[in-house]
Amino acid sequence: MTNGLDARQWVNQHADYLYSFALSRLNNEEQAKDLVQDTFLAALQKVDSFEGKASERTWLTAILKNKIIDVYRKKSSGLKLVSESEAIADQEGFFEEDGHWSDKYKPVSFGIEDTDNISNKEFNKILKKCMEKLPVLWHAVFTMKLVDEESSENVCKELSVSPSNLWVIIHRAKVNLRACLQKNWL
Amino acid sequence: MNALRKIIRNCQQTTLLIEKQATEQLTLKEFFTMRFHLLFCSICRLFKKQSGIINELVKQLYKNATFNTQTLDAGFKTTMQNRIDNELDR
Repeated sequence: MTNGLDARQWVNQHADYLYSFALSRLNNEEQAKDLVQDTFLAALQKVDSFEGKASERTWLTAILKNKIIDVYRKKSSGLKLVSESEAIADQEGFFEEDGHWSDKYKPVSFGIEDTDNISNKEFNKILKKCMEKLPVLWHAVFTMKLVDEESSENVCKELSVSPSNLWVIIHRAKVNLRACLQKNWL
Repeated sequence: MNALRKIIRNCQQTTLLIEKQATEQLTLKEFFTMRFHLLFCSICRLFKKQSGIINELVKQLYKNATFNTQTLDAGFKTTMQNRIDNELDR
């Protein structure tokens, strides 16, 4: 092939990476496997559009990301999108009526806030479990915005979320995630 | 005075602004509302600290492949390889 792609080496060089990437975002082995295969097949169809600007792996990962978003979209279209006021009403007792923290859920120190370079294995394990508990749409919005650093416009467009709901969802995800950590770490 | 008291009590709004600020520019009004609340509220100051730590750890979790280091099974890889070879040889 003339444009620097070597499709016969894809499985050998990128399959495990793409699989791990998909698995970290979907947490479903079968689905992750299927998406890796779909990615390779889709990539074969558009080798001509590869311009060599990005590395082969980056290019394949971009195709995979789009496929992951399709899955998010399918999963979240079944969910009713909450309006902002509904979302705020549904904070499960984290806050009092006037917006003040409720006694039961108010943050207390994890005891690790002032450690430089936190890489506590136990803590990471709990964090991973707590992430997995988040509803699909929250998880999707949270990782697209935070980890993949997508623009808000993009996330809203891809997942059909309104701009004001975007922050409500991220906020809910974080408040829930933090509460889960507090409950399981302390 | 009532408006200020409302801001001082409103941890829910403040924590939302804290999340927004992590990736976005706040409006001036939002910024001062958040700052003003944080002056008076040690719980939200703690939340802000923890929120930043969680963001860093989540990023690390994804970026290091530590999140999942499983490899695909050999059988599936062979199947995929065959499909790719077939496409290329057509």
